[in-house]
Amino acid sequence: MTISSLLATPSELTDSASSKSAIVLMTRIRLARNLAGKPFPGWAREAQRSEVLAVCREALGATTALKRNASAAVSELTDLEKQMLVERHLISRELSGSAAGSGVVINKDQTVSVMINEEDHLRIQVLRAGFQLKKAWNIINALDTELEGRLDYAFSPRLGYLTACPTNLGTGLRASAMMHLPALVIAGQMEKVVRAVNQLGMVVRGLFGEGSDASGSIFQISNQTTLGESEEAIIKRLGSVLESIIEHELNARAKLMEADATKVFDKIGRAYGILQNSHQLTSTESMNLLSLLRLGVDLGIFPEDSRALIDRLFIEAQPGHIQNSAHHDLESNQRDILRASRLRTEFATFAKPNFTINGQN
Amino acid sequence: MASPLKCDLCSNPATVHLTQIVNNKVHKVDLCEACAQAKGVTDPSGFSLADLLLKASLNPEAPTSAVRCEQCGFTQNDFKKHGRFGCPHCYETFSSLVEPMLDNMHKGTAHTGKVPEKALERKSLQDRLGDLESKLEDAVKTERYEEAARYRDEINQLKQAFEQPKGVR
Repeated sequence: MTISSLLATPSELTDSASSKSAIVLMTRIRLARNLAGKPFPGWAREAQRSEVLAVCREALGATTALKRNASAAVSELTDLEKQMLVERHLISRELSGSAAGSGVVINKDQTVSVMINEEDHLRIQVLRAGFQLKKAWNIINALDTELEGRLDYAFSPRLGYLTACPTNLGTGLRASAMMHLPALVIAGQMEKVVRAVNQLGMVVRGLFGEGSDASGSIFQISNQTTLGESEEAIIKRLGSVLESIIEHELNARAKLMEADATKVFDKIGRAYGILQNSHQLTSTESMNLLSLLRLGVDLGIFPEDSRALIDRLFIEAQPGHIQNSAHHDLESNQRDILRASRLRTEFATFAKPNFTINGQN
Repeated sequence: MASPLKCDLCSNPATVHLTQIVNNKVHKVDLCEACAQAKGVTDPSGFSLADLLLKASLNPEAPTSAVRCEQCGFTQNDFKKHGRFGCPHCYETFSSLVEPMLDNMHKGTAHTGKVPEKALERKSLQDRLGDLESKLEDAVKTERYEEAARYRDEINQLKQAFEQPKGVR
């Protein structure tokens, strides 16, 4: 299977049936692993990187989780394919810009992806729609155990899995959740949340990780430290932080509705109108509009089953995916026109808003 | 009475005695008048003993920046530049650099999570095999054939045990 045919098939994120996840859009766990006796990718010569790439691709292809996979060296991918993989959270921006000898292996339903020769020899990732930390851990743990039967991992009994950067030592584990927090943003409480979360040893980032903005009120929350705690302890700690953020978001929503439901309805109604009728939309604006509609679903203004469409459009409204649906290269303003047209089509048949929830109007 | 202290830099009699605490370690420096002035010790605002210790190489551990990882050639300066290490072995080579960092960086300083049992088992088996093979060679060379036969049997046993489980390798 090639990467391009993989990108044309439904994925966990774009077609997840289980969109009961009102606030946590998706859960991810990644493990950093390296091969013993081999220089880390950033320090290795090209020949050494290519050797590691070949060894890892073979070992990965033999695992149960990656039996049906698409795999490619980064050099074989087009810029557009790389961008789409980034937009689907299957590879990092770093990998897409990396030197020769890097690669990626992705399973068919796009829940497992392994980057080879990014910062570490292996960055194994499992991704699930919704709040599924434990499930993601079980899958990645099994894959990792299978791999260690085939690859000699660099490991020290005291420092754990040895990684290029000392910040990933120990478990090499980063668990993260993508959270939709519109009420906390509207109420201006995000800064407070970020500070509290930091104090608990967790980090808050934008949609595409370090340095990205939080358009669509979507944030990534993940553990900062990897050494001195077991995998289960890290996951449990993150889980309870996430639970408490969910609670805060729900409280903020309740307060917002209590204080000024009309204002909330107005925002959602306008977003609906723009998505149905606009002719030019940037990706940031469409993210923000989709975010309001998603809030509308959570508040009962739109039916539950329309959440899955919105989650799919969060990905498909990204520049790479819009470009991919065109037949020739587009300038960014042409992309904005095409994006608006795609969204008009999608929302032409979308359910009408029902603003009479909870006896309000 | 003990002989008067000599200047750490030029061995003239020292008249300036400094004590500074850097990273919880007490550093003492004794200097003569001329060296003290040359190093700016008399200018209280622009002086740091730490700089002096490093630049004058008074600290016996100072030349660590010249240490190279024997496996990949990485140096401490490379780490300062990249913020990442060269290879897994660097963690042994530069352990004195890593250890103090871990406290601030992580929740603990020792790994308490998953251990790659299979990989470690395989490695210890391989180490044991390598050891036996060199012993066998040695025994053959010195014509200790009885010992050699024993090593050969052990090697065969190990290899069998190695290959039996699932035939992964």
